[in-house]
Amino acid sequence: MTALLEVRNLTKSFQGLVAVNDVSFSLEAGRITALIGPNGAGKTTCFNLVAGALSPTAGQVLFEGRAIERNPPEAVCRMGIARTFQIVRPMKDMSVLENAMVGAFSWTTNVKEARSKAYESLERVGLAGKASARTDQLTLPDRKMLEMAKALSTRPKLLLLDEVMAGLRPTEAAGVVGVLRKLAEHGLTILLVEHVMRIVMDVASTVVVLHHGAKIAEGEPSQVVADPAVLESYLGAGFHA
Amino acid sequence: MQRTSDQASDAKRWGAGVAVFAVLAVVGGVSSAYVISLLTIVLLFTFMGQSWNLMLGIGGQLSIGHALFVGIGAYAVAILNIKYGITPWIGLLLGAAIAGVVGAVLAWLSFRFEVRGIYFALLTIAAAEFARIMFGGWDYVGGMQGLFYPAPSGTMDLAMLRGDSQFYYFVALVLAAVGVAGTELISRSYWGYVWRAMRDDDEAARALGVRTFRHKVLVVSISAAGAAIGGGVLGLVQGSIFPDSIMGMGISVDVLIGPVVGGLGTAFGPLIGSMAAIPLHHAMGSLGDSLGIPGLNSVAYGAVLILVVWFLPDGIWPAVVRLYEAVQLPARSRISQLRKVEE
Ligand SMILES: Nc1ncnc2c1ncn2[C@@H]1O[C@H](COP(=O)(O)OP(=O)(O)OP(=O)(O)O)[C@@H](O)[C@H]1O
Ligand SMILES: [Mg+2]
Repeated sequence: MTALLEVRNLTKSFQGLVAVNDVSFSLEAGRITALIGPNGAGKTTCFNLVAGALSPTAGQVLFEGRAIERNPPEAVCRMGIARTFQIVRPMKDMSVLENAMVGAFSWTTNVKEARSKAYESLERVGLAGKASARTDQLTLPDRKMLEMAKALSTRPKLLLLDEVMAGLRPTEAAGVVGVLRKLAEHGLTILLVEHVMRIVMDVASTVVVLHHGAKIAEGEPSQVVADPAVLESYLGAGFHA
Repeated sequence: MQRTSDQASDAKRWGAGVAVFAVLAVVGGVSSAYVISLLTIVLLFTFMGQSWNLMLGIGGQLSIGHALFVGIGAYAVAILNIKYGITPWIGLLLGAAIAGVVGAVLAWLSFRFEVRGIYFALLTIAAAEFARIMFGGWDYVGGMQGLFYPAPSGTMDLAMLRGDSQFYYFVALVLAAVGVAGTELISRSYWGYVWRAMRDDDEAARALGVRTFRHKVLVVSISAAGAAIGGGVLGLVQGSIFPDSIMGMGISVDVLIGPVVGGLGTAFGPLIGSMAAIPLHHAMGSLGDSLGIPGLNSVAYGAVLILVVWFLPDGIWPAVVRLYEAVQLPARSRISQLRKVEE
């Protein structure tokens, strides 16, 4: 198995604050990996580095073997990496369907083709019934699903999902987990930031744990949750098993 | 289901457009010379407003210096025609091409160096003022004394774009129709979608693969070319061009007032807005002249702008559409309820 994405010694500092500190991991094609860690651990910054929204202070991002960390976000997207935003960013004066169409224009200029791809993406995430709604008529969970549909319309090879299930009821989250599994079965590689451990345990085959910007653990979910360093990072220094 | 209703409303929109322009054509056949010449200006500013609207209403890039492009078009047509006897058709094409390049270079330089939003808008003013002063000091184009077309002979000559005021009315009408249809077509094309995406959220659009830099340069360039064509015809209609009038701030304001008053980013907004604002501007101008109050027209412009922004922040046209839907939709849902009852 070759890695679809490899992150090597990735570091990002913001005026002295090291948000991501010498992080390395790799993603196998067709697998779902979870990136977890307490608030402020550097998960979103990691996404921004991979997606080209930020340039790293040091380190490399290799996608299909090519170094991509100096590419702008639109180029990274066109290579096959799509991301959602933790703070949702719908295009507010465009309908739900039109929002989902935008991503398709990264690979086609045909409006009809983009529209049918957008319907397909919306169907995937259960939003097809709201295609003609305005985005401000959507609930927050629906807006998160719209983020996902927009990303899916770009036909990604790698999908970066930043807390898309936040605010969903357990049954709804289970539905999304099912969608993610199906996407992975079709060969999509997924990197997922998620706080609910039950979901992580359920869906991820590998877990990467960040704390204060550094990777403190990596492995199978059951292995990682038993790791004392991980427990300590989540529950504080006073915790001893 | 969704698609058929889209198609129905598309057909309705095009139908409405054809009807509006048919009425305007009849108006051109029966109105007095004064009304015709006023409406000609309205229609020309409708067209230039469309091009400005494409840039802000769809592409999200604000220009307060469109007089630059209007002036380039006017001078290209006038120089070729007056000095060399070359048909305005060539002048219009050349003017559009030059303005397109100037717009692209301006946009490229600004966006390359992160001059965006209101700072880009200020740069467009600076560029227009620079050009106005440059043309004013350029003897070859007549300096501040400007350029004059020979008096019209009265016979219509389509090849040389010469004719009476009615002829120019129909030229302007065709341009305005092309502007409305063109805006509609572009906003429904792939460009329209990615432009609106970058207008709403540049970063999110880029994350979806939209190459916003080149699209911003493109929308400015196309808008500039459109404004230049309008400017070329405006010069012909007025019979003379002076840097202070054709490249002055006044033109930049006249271009944007239609879409702002009528409705940003809509196909009909600039037509409605120009219809409302420009005759008012003229009426207040003549009233101001006869009362000896110069600048009354500018006060009126300001008042209209404030009133519209205050009461109809999206402009007149979206308010009309909302009103129409408020009347129509309940009727439709009543009908569909009746149908259900019948079933
Ligand atoms: N653009 C920025 N400028 C300065 N500091 C930043 C910037 N982006 C993130 N940070 C800081 O970097 C650290 C990591 O933030 P990041 O958003 O990556 O965390 P996270 O793991 O996604 O947290 P959460 O679970 O709350 O979303 C935080 O201390 C944050 O304040
Ligand atoms: Mg985060």
